Amino acid sequence: IGEIACRVIKTCKKMGIKTVAVHSDVDSSAVHVKVADEAVCVGPAPTSKSYLNMDAIMNAIKQTGAQAVHPGYGFLSENKEFAKRLAAEGVTFIGPDTHAIQAMGDKIESKLIAKAAKVNTIPGFDGVVKDAEEAVKIAGEIGYPVMIKASAGGGGKGMRIAWNDEETREGFRFSSQEALSSFGDDRLLIEKFIDNPRHIEIQVLADKHGDALWLNERECSIQRRNQKVVEEAPSTFLDPDTRRAMGEQAVSLANAVKYSSAGTVEFLVDSKKNFYFLEMNTRLQVEHPITECITGLDLVQQMIRIAKGYKLQHKQSDIPINGWAVESRVYAEDPYKSFGLPSIGRLSQYQEPLDLPNVRVDSGIQEGSDISIYYDPMISKLVTYGKTREEALKKMEDALDNYVIRGVTHNIPLLREIIVHPRFVSGDISTKFLPEVYPDGFKGHMLTAGERRELLATAAALYVAAQLRSQKFLGDLRVSVVPAESRQWELCVELDKGVHMLGVSRSGNNYTVEIDGEKVEVSGEWNLASALLPITINGKHRTLQCLLRTAAGEISLQYLGTSFKLRVLSNLAASLSKHMPEKVPEDTSSILRSPMPGSVVAVSVKPGDNVAEGQEICVIEAMKMQNSMTAAKTAKVKSVHCKAGDTVGEGDLLVELE
Amino acid sequence: YRWPLDEAGDGQRLEHLASKVLQNARCYSVSHLSVQERIEKKRKAALTGGGQLRIAAQHKRGKLTARERLELLLDPDSFVEYDMFVEHRCSDFGMEADHNKYPGDSVVTGQGRINGRLVYVFSQDFTVFGGSLSGAHAQKVCKIMDQAMMVGAPVIGLNDSGGARIQEGVESLAGYADIFLRNVMASGVVPQISLIMGPCAGGAVYSPALTDFTFMVKDTSYLFITGPDVVKSVTNEDVTQEELGGAKTHTTVSGVAHRAFENDIDALLNLRDFFNFLPLSNKDPAPVTECHDPRDRLVPGLDTIVPLESTKAYDMLDIVHGIVDEREFFEIMPNYAKNIVVGFARMNGRTVGIVGNQPKVASGCLDINSSVKGARFVRFCDAFNIPIITFVDVPGFLPGTAQEYGGIIRHGAKLLYAFAEATVPKITVITRKAYGGAYDVMSSKHLRGDVNYAWPSAEVAVMGAKGAVQIIFRGKENQAEAEAEYVEKFANPFPAAVRGFVDDIIQPSTTRKRICRDLEVLASKKQTNPWKKHANIPL
Repeated sequence: IGEIACRVIKTCKKMGIKTVAVHSDVDSSAVHVKVADEAVCVGPAPTSKSYLNMDAIMNAIKQTGAQAVHPGYGFLSENKEFAKRLAAEGVTFIGPDTHAIQAMGDKIESKLIAKAAKVNTIPGFDGVVKDAEEAVKIAGEIGYPVMIKASAGGGGKGMRIAWNDEETREGFRFSSQEALSSFGDDRLLIEKFIDNPRHIEIQVLADKHGDALWLNERECSIQRRNQKVVEEAPSTFLDPDTRRAMGEQAVSLANAVKYSSAGTVEFLVDSKKNFYFLEMNTRLQVEHPITECITGLDLVQQMIRIAKGYKLQHKQSDIPINGWAVESRVYAEDPYKSFGLPSIGRLSQYQEPLDLPNVRVDSGIQEGSDISIYYDPMISKLVTYGKTREEALKKMEDALDNYVIRGVTHNIPLLREIIVHPRFVSGDISTKFLPEVYPDGFKGHMLTAGERRELLATAAALYVAAQLRSQKFLGDLRVSVVPAESRQWELCVELDKGVHMLGVSRSGNNYTVEIDGEKVEVSGEWNLASALLPITINGKHRTLQCLLRTAAGEISLQYLGTSFKLRVLSNLAASLSKHMPEKVPEDTSSILRSPMPGSVVAVSVKPGDNVAEGQEICVIEAMKMQNSMTAAKTAKVKSVHCKAGDTVGEGDLLVELE
Repeated sequence: YRWPLDEAGDGQRLEHLASKVLQNARCYSVSHLSVQERIEKKRKAALTGGGQLRIAAQHKRGKLTARERLELLLDPDSFVEYDMFVEHRCSDFGMEADHNKYPGDSVVTGQGRINGRLVYVFSQDFTVFGGSLSGAHAQKVCKIMDQAMMVGAPVIGLNDSGGARIQEGVESLAGYADIFLRNVMASGVVPQISLIMGPCAGGAVYSPALTDFTFMVKDTSYLFITGPDVVKSVTNEDVTQEELGGAKTHTTVSGVAHRAFENDIDALLNLRDFFNFLPLSNKDPAPVTECHDPRDRLVPGLDTIVPLESTKAYDMLDIVHGIVDEREFFEIMPNYAKNIVVGFARMNGRTVGIVGNQPKVASGCLDINSSVKGARFVRFCDAFNIPIITFVDVPGFLPGTAQEYGGIIRHGAKLLYAFAEATVPKITVITRKAYGGAYDVMSSKHLRGDVNYAWPSAEVAVMGAKGAVQIIFRGKENQAEAEAEYVEKFANPFPAAVRGFVDDIIQPSTTRKRICRDLEVLASKKQTNPWKKHANIPL
């Protein structure tokens, strides 16, 4: 939260413009509040009462005498009402005019305008579909598969895919119901469904004098639940001709709506490089930094210039593609649960990998920040840049490995896996990348035999280094000194239920670890206070992170992005472990725990009710996402520990079954 | 045999030869052969304790043997055993029979090293008469305790005993008392730690109770005065062993035990870790270990940790973890009286005791249990030269009949007493509220706090604004305005700072740096209390 405000303020400072931050009361010590020249509180935590509260924001403008408003993205950035109110007060809205916002905000209208501007649109019916039978008829003309979607919609709501007449009728019925309940508008449209497409968008920049430029494309195909995860610029898929064609169409659309400011025209691109207009975003995009990296332009600065009425500084021929940029969206969420369920907490340790060259981190948080249930769980945008894509991706690996985030669950394991996946590396991606590559859900990095040895060896060396240090008492004469230099250690290391016998010998900071007859050489500084563990394994440099190290030999290491739990014991302790009693794990089928922090929207059972397996028990909402919690077995409800409106933490007991 | 060729003259050489021959001849004489054999036999018997069957039974219960435990606890090859040949002296009930005698009896004793530092240990052997305490058993324990006090080294007891050796009657009871006496004599001289790894019932419980720290193993250890059967017959209560005296009960309800661990191995490895925090005796300084955490490290997260609303909670442990070396905090009694946090950590390598009010639980108020928990910890630190760092966010003492009837006055006084009496370096940081009498208690300047800091969020006052305004402006119309005035006046660190009751108002992120520097200065602190036979803490 506050990330984009920080980004805008940074450019303002460069341009010598004073800034005012608005914030909700829970954000009063947020970074964007600190970096701004002034700050105004616009209300309590819920966004509807603060960041979406136009009255409060208008008051803040009056109070501070602000001359212009940069709306960032989300919230009021594409709200024509807000833009109108600003105009009425004579305050500049740093963005396009209201008519452009309005025209591009409606799916049917924007498609009609695009078609008129000779932009490729998805074949389909341009008007509102009257009833199910008309839908079937139109579908027949377009050819299956088709997509039925709400005219006012977004975010996948009121959207259905149909492969035949029957599904079309059904889809029409469901979509119109959903559209009505979600948007209060049941108008539907039908278009061809582009199977397995890429999502590629063109950044445009237009001034108030009728000039417009395209700043090349951004490839945003890696998505989960229609939210982008990894983006890059340029795309591996576009050839110069396609790029130019897309760019020119984007510019002609911008001209058609008399667009000014920065905007983004989103396209779906099929495997034959046919591209179709999807929608136009009339604001700065989250992923704008990668365009800045390859073009050298500061988009926020351009937006401010344009809003002030200046002409564009550049010609189309001035716009380069210099190198390659990749952006990873670092989220506070658990990637092991449907590619990311929100997580909350306090960032007990936080360290951005800014000491690496060609790394840019756009964030609005710092060590000690709270990630709350109120806002988007994005921690930062991690951008790396290189002369080539290979270089940028390698840099991204390093940056992710050196990024320290403690206190909240984060998606670095997933990001780290995506950027090294052979399909991603070869550029073979689509919007279905994640479900295709991980059909059973993301499970973390799968270790090869060699990587497994490296991990075991590191854990063993770390264990010995810590053991040796615990014998170092300063200035105490009553310690009997054991010469450790030439010692050998016989250790037993557990990893995913596999048990390995290791022999460790040491010379200074260099450890030789023998695993199943293979020798692994590990050396490093072994700084036990540092969150990062830079080491050299068999001559290769790697950065691991030590997440946990306990007296009982448990060691958690973040290795290749994924965190692995190990247990290191002396041979003696390991051999005695077999006598330790098995702890019986809690029977999870009869208890229902919250999978994430959030608030309880509804509880549909009470004690004594009989529930069937799979029956909904309650609904938890977090970060604008609703999750239906179902019974794991058929049973009677023993007790209910939550009620609608409660705030619950991850793992909190919700309902017990008998 | 090799001759010492060069140095020795001929005569010497002959002499040497003769003595060697004589020696060898002796070895082959019948009597010596049998003594040697008997030694071997006894040692072997001592090493197997109650025999393979009982060892297997012990393992089956999820417990290790007395010797296996010592092997895990101590550095490799460091254990020096005492009294391996001691046997019980009971001759009643057929106990005198050879098969009822076990060399070493039901306890293994000796000394060894933990990370190179000396420790005296006893480990009760459940495989020999259920680890029951005979006169000989007690005598062995007393011997190592006496020596530990003499040389100044901690005593660790691994308890796993069915209780008194009933066959020995009063001799066994005398043995308990002998140990109790030594526990009391050693108290404050050397650290004493009990790890309960099996049953410990009846009079036996008082030895752990007298030691400084009692740890337990979950699911396999019990501590109670009388077991479930007696409870049933006397009070007609139905209660299981686990409910009556298991690890959960004693670490959450009774406060008898200071921490519980998953199993024997987990407990022993943690004990090794814990031992590194302790000085060897009251004559030794708090240990300093090698530290990789920079002493001047800033902790930016602390600048935002105290919420703006003074009624909102935060986790004191976040502050503690942020400030101490490597986020490593060995919490004592983490699940009991959670409104106060106590435990050991290090600052720039040096052991410190941490005491902190926990705003997350009951607003961090002081009540009977938290006062007693805090007081005992502070007194341990003071006895063993461990500097005390206190983090204050306390709204006062908990009101109510339950507390007053329970004697909060008497118990709260213990904490006050402990802080006042302590002569080790005392550093105090007021993070937010320091209200009323609780402000005085929490290692205030007035109780000889050496360095007292306030964060900018500190509010040192007699009470919260609302209550104060109701008294000062009783019956006045505009209460809200009066409240604002009071907040303006008192809900900040200045009233305390202008009077010198806090030495400085510091930026929270610099707290670690400041404390490390102060500790270095205070390392040579010398302060003594007036001579007395002993003080009279309000027990």
